[in-house]
Amino acid sequence: MTTFGWPEALFLFRAAGWTLLLTAIAFLIGGLLGGVLAIMRLSRIRIVRRIAATYILVIQSIPVLMVLFMSYYGLSLFGVELPPFLAASASLAIYVSAYLAEIWRGSIESVPFQQWEASASLAHSPAQTYRHVILPQAVRISLPPTVGFLVQLVKNTSIVSVVGFVELARAGQLVNNATFDSFRVFGLVALIYFAICFPLSRLSRHLEKVMNASRPH
Amino acid sequence: MPIQFQFEPIFAESDRIVDGVLLTLGLSFGAIVLGLVLAILLVAAKSLLGRWVGLLVDAYVELMRNTPFLVQLFMLFFGLPLLGIRLPGTEAALLAMTLNLSAYATEIIRAGVDSIHRSQLEAGLSLAMTRRQVFQHVVLMPALARVWPALSSQFVLMLLASSICSFIAVPELSGTAAIIEQNTFRSFETYIVVTLIYLVLALTLKVALDRLGRAIFPRISSVDRLDAKAEAA
Repeated sequence: MTTFGWPEALFLFRAAGWTLLLTAIAFLIGGLLGGVLAIMRLSRIRIVRRIAATYILVIQSIPVLMVLFMSYYGLSLFGVELPPFLAASASLAIYVSAYLAEIWRGSIESVPFQQWEASASLAHSPAQTYRHVILPQAVRISLPPTVGFLVQLVKNTSIVSVVGFVELARAGQLVNNATFDSFRVFGLVALIYFAICFPLSRLSRHLEKVMNASRPH
Repeated sequence: MPIQFQFEPIFAESDRIVDGVLLTLGLSFGAIVLGLVLAILLVAAKSLLGRWVGLLVDAYVELMRNTPFLVQLFMLFFGLPLLGIRLPGTEAALLAMTLNLSAYATEIIRAGVDSIHRSQLEAGLSLAMTRRQVFQHVVLMPALARVWPALSSQFVLMLLASSICSFIAVPELSGTAAIIEQNTFRSFETYIVVTLIYLVLALTLKVALDRLGRAIFPRISSVDRLDAKAEAA
């Protein structure tokens, strides 16, 4: 039996890097998909709206763990054997897309509708309106909840340890199995997560205050 | 080669699935009730007791909200035995879910309490109520009524997060799925069925909580609507 020392701690810190990378990739891909879904959700065409709404409702109503298993085993049905890192990123991106779509839809909707009219009266196309008028304002509004959601994402990356990808939570399990020093191992793991998430939580709250201050009430 | 789905082996294990669903529901309801009670106590402690208690509550809430549920679960399941407290998986799961939910619920209810207008407190105090009585009879129910939608979505998220308890071999719905998958070798079919069950459970819980909220807070929410109208005018 090994004891919990510096090499084990370093192993955990290195695994935290994978957690961050996983978060970044899932956020990027999920964000792109989520942005498309948010705009689909607000489309004038009913069927497009319906498709996006159903996707969002379904993904938000099933556990992330199931999204992970479904994409993992679903793809292997078609003979695609994804390496754990890709499977993990893909399923986290699906999860992210549904939540960000809903956050961003709310942000886009909270831009006053007169802005749409003003833009239309300047002969902007819908795409130009989004690009130059609506999105710059919506992005500002969406910042606090988006950063807040990032905290959820960092925490939920821990679930992908189940497909064998060694990120922080899985690394903690491995070290724990070798040392049986559960308190110190998971204490450090929790501390590392906390060190990533707490500043993000504070940032989200700070942004919320800054944004509210600029709004007349 | 076309893909052949075989659901019969999964349905042959329907007894197991029913047990899994019952345990998932049991854990979720248990955590919702216990977590809500704990959260109300924590908010009360923060509002009524001194500054230091408030800081402790804050620290607890931030610690739980900024670490993954999975790590909290591991801490309780693997860590507590080192202190001589050996919890079986299901009990550890219920404890972890309760603590996790209580932190989120504390934050939500606190926002509700903060939204109660100061004049309400002053009115209560001027009727010679103690601060505890004011919290209990004047503040708590309207605060809960206001944040019920947010609490409801947190409860649904907890139901979904209960799937993580399968990591410590608790035979709730997703733990059951792992067992069925091993027995039948039909991974995709197993997870399709289980995912659909989660979907039905989550949507049902959502509707049920909406109804429950309207049943518990009918008068208060209509007053709130009046308030909202007055503010808009």
